[in-house]
Amino acid sequence: MLVELLVALSLVGALVVFFLPDSLAPKATLAISALPFGLSLYMYAIFDGTGNALMPGSGTIAFETMVEWIQLGPYTIHWHVGLDGVSMPLVLLTTILVPLAILASWTPIDTRESQFYGMILVMQAAVLGVFSTLDFFVWFIFWEGVLIPMYFLIGIWGGPRRKYAAIKFFVYTNIASLVMFIGFFGLVFGLGDSISSLGLPAITAALRAGELGALGPIGPETLVLLSFAAMFVGFGVKVPIVPFHTWLPDAHVEAPTPISVLLAGVLLKMGTYALLRYNFTMLPGVARELAVGIAAVAVVSVIYGAMLALAQTDLKRIVAYSSVSSMGYVILGLVAYTTYGFGGATFQMVAHGLISGLMFASVGVIYNVTHTRMIEDMSGLADRMPVTVGAFLAGAFGYAGLPLMAGFAAEFFIFVGSFQSEVIPNDGMAVMTVIAMFGIVIVAGYLLWAMQRALFGPFEFDGEEAISLAARHDVVPLVTLIVLIVALGTFPNDIFFDMIQNAINPVIEMGEVVQSYRGGA
Amino acid sequence: MAITPDWAAMAPVIVLAVFALLLFVVDSIDPKGSNNQLLAGVATLGTVTAAILSVIYLFAGVGQTDGAITLYGGQLVVDGMALLFTIIFTTVASLVCVASVDYLADRPNQAEYYMLVLLATLGMSLMATAGSLATVFVALELASLPSYGLVAFLKTDRGSVEAGLKYFLIGALASAIFAYGISLVYGVTGVLDLAGVAAAVGDTSLAGLLGVGILMITIGFAFKTASAPAHFWAPEAYEGAPAPVSAFVSSASKAAGFVVLYRVFVVAFPISAVASTIDWVLLFQVLAVVTMTLGNFAAATQETVKRMLAYSSIGHAGYILIGLAALTGVGDQAVVFGAGMMHMLVYGIMNTGAFLFVAMGEYWGLGRRFEDYNGLATKTPVAAVAMTVFMFSLAGLPIGGGFLSKLFLIVGTVGAGVWWLGAILAVNSALSLFYYTRVVKAMWLEAPNGNLEGIDEQGYPAGIYAAVVTAGVLTVLLLPAFAILNGPAFDAAAALV
Repeated sequence: MLVELLVALSLVGALVVFFLPDSLAPKATLAISALPFGLSLYMYAIFDGTGNALMPGSGTIAFETMVEWIQLGPYTIHWHVGLDGVSMPLVLLTTILVPLAILASWTPIDTRESQFYGMILVMQAAVLGVFSTLDFFVWFIFWEGVLIPMYFLIGIWGGPRRKYAAIKFFVYTNIASLVMFIGFFGLVFGLGDSISSLGLPAITAALRAGELGALGPIGPETLVLLSFAAMFVGFGVKVPIVPFHTWLPDAHVEAPTPISVLLAGVLLKMGTYALLRYNFTMLPGVARELAVGIAAVAVVSVIYGAMLALAQTDLKRIVAYSSVSSMGYVILGLVAYTTYGFGGATFQMVAHGLISGLMFASVGVIYNVTHTRMIEDMSGLADRMPVTVGAFLAGAFGYAGLPLMAGFAAEFFIFVGSFQSEVIPNDGMAVMTVIAMFGIVIVAGYLLWAMQRALFGPFEFDGEEAISLAARHDVVPLVTLIVLIVALGTFPNDIFFDMIQNAINPVIEMGEVVQSYRGGA
Repeated sequence: MAITPDWAAMAPVIVLAVFALLLFVVDSIDPKGSNNQLLAGVATLGTVTAAILSVIYLFAGVGQTDGAITLYGGQLVVDGMALLFTIIFTTVASLVCVASVDYLADRPNQAEYYMLVLLATLGMSLMATAGSLATVFVALELASLPSYGLVAFLKTDRGSVEAGLKYFLIGALASAIFAYGISLVYGVTGVLDLAGVAAAVGDTSLAGLLGVGILMITIGFAFKTASAPAHFWAPEAYEGAPAPVSAFVSSASKAAGFVVLYRVFVVAFPISAVASTIDWVLLFQVLAVVTMTLGNFAAATQETVKRMLAYSSIGHAGYILIGLAALTGVGDQAVVFGAGMMHMLVYGIMNTGAFLFVAMGEYWGLGRRFEDYNGLATKTPVAAVAMTVFMFSLAGLPIGGGFLSKLFLIVGTVGAGVWWLGAILAVNSALSLFYYTRVVKAMWLEAPNGNLEGIDEQGYPAGIYAAVVTAGVLTVLLLPAFAILNGPAFDAAAALV
């Protein structure tokens, strides 16, 4: 029941906040968001999952409930939720980032506040649902449910081009959802009588047992490729992978900064989480078959994203593009199919969530004070805003993989894992890994260069505003995030990585890869 | 479950008739009076009572567990489908009556308005229970004639009168074609009751005549359901009519068309018997694809909200036609047939809500274009949330029942071996998000441009507000509550196909 309580707390909180007067909303929402946070900490403390949620035989799933809901023709739809070592860290990441984002909204948001904070809580409920549901139908409701509040959050409270950015975001992600939906239902219909529910575990088991049959004129071999591609593209837009990344900078630049924190910190993880659950857990055979292509996409995302970041003059765009780069590592780790690669990818989701959250939050604080994000407008801010600049610096080091920070642990796991991987013959993955490593050099390069121009050197500022220390409630999220990043980097195994490995090892130890299908083509 | 006496199975219809007559009494006592609340109250009481009775009957299994209840020599048939559709008509009529209190304030002839609504609802409920082609025709006219009057209700408004005239002329033509089709079928089979027709069509030597008759009947239904090729009146009528009437005609009247269409084709012209004469499954496949595509593309190019909703209503008629178009005899037919019914139910409620929101805009004197809704959410956040729910649910986002009923249709088409129909539905549905979002964008994202002054002058209309919010709550609840309703709906479908 705890998962339901978690979602319900957010939803009921949202309803309460919608009807609060604007003056009360900010503080009340912070207090309300502490409830899911506290609850998820408790859940983390008593977490006892030992297996993968999609592979029931592999161990236990924590906080599982399963209730029959709707009979959809031949399929039974269940309310089925539960957490495993992959989803628990992401749930915790969400409940941590949301209160911090709320705190970071106090300064910049000054219109229609109760609606704004209510929307954040609605989004939190939907994101928690995405990470915890194990039935496709319910999962899809939450998945789409994230888009709607996000559309409003960007479109109403965003920057000057907010309408364009909101609609672009909405259209891109909805088309992606449709493509993914068609791909997934292709599999469901191809499985025919071998499944009687839309539960993800049942579908995973059937797919891994090679139960897939033909769908109309399409044979199972083709169907599985098409479905994999459709889901990869559909989820890839959300991640985003190159070349589907073009909505991201617009959305990030126009979104209010606390929303960018959530967008980069949590929403992008939905894409990689879904890739992990669907493409890489359900169809490991295809993923291996296409490993060269997928790894190439990952490496291109890493390098190209970093190069794009290098070319930007807007601090927020720099951070936005660096997300594209970081998410490329996640894909690389996933396709490696080794315990360190796959686990490291999951770990990177959390690490990147915290680090990008920190970066966006500190850019936001700088913007609150200076009302500009253009590098050429400022110089030597460290002089006047030491803590904020320190936080930005810490985030940059986290991205660049400084040891003892979460980014180091995550990238180290991924590199080790993908280096060991044998999914591409002739040490192909090792070559890919070496190329991807150059991404880190570029990241370090552009972040240091940007900081050198904007934050250090003699103080100069082309603007009206008086530059002074940031408000205390602005600094709290920054410090909290730094502490968390260092803690996660110092004790990665104790905090999350052991848990993650329990959940992903069943996926790796998959035995025979499915190559033959029922009925044949 | 059987019920004694037999005619008690018709209780929802009888209640509607009694309350319609009661309105005559009220009006005759005080013909000059305009006690709007009293009239609306009586009308709403009638429709709500009928709705509650239908719900009770549906869940008690009346006409379902022991087979359909036939009355008066098979002229009337009460079964699950009839009850389900009666729920749609009466729910829509209740919402419309509540909303009309404000919309009609200070207008003459209010008693007539509510009478017409009740009589039309009565006609629709009879359509749902019609067991012979004769009853079908009489009930159809009983539903249609009040509708013509309602569309032209604002008799000093040119748009309303023009819409009424167009609706009436095309409707009269369609009725004539329909009646001629019935007479041809009668000529071939010699009977009018649906089961008798079904028994006679199989071994007729006049196959050509029968085919022409069925085709003409199809055209009559296409008019009533506003689907291709007789859809063109709908945008004119829905745009010109008073918005609550547009809600009523585009939801309840369309549902009435569909229930008869479903029953006549499945019961009287079973495809197994008439496939060699006229392959109506193929016919409806073509019509469904044309209707949904045409409706969606036309809706995308509209500049006024009401016209966009009118074309979207044509698009949805195309989705509901899939319920017939997928009766290929392959797989579990009840799934797609029941899905068509469920989509009609969900669509009826969310579409009513959307038109009633437009009624609120007309009440305030907002313009008709998308831009005239700019910034509405700042003034009326609760109603704007409801409208957003309608729009997203109509588009098939999983925020209301609209997603689920479309998903059922898709699963049904795949089960019936016509997956391409489901694919076209999915693509159309995705396209529709484009134009539905325009309303949402105007309300929430755009800033007001001086268009909202009417709101301060007129105040907030309690009746319309209540109806819109109720429809919004129902739309959202239909998603989880699908689990309760889909049992009776699919049993009803299974009893027929």
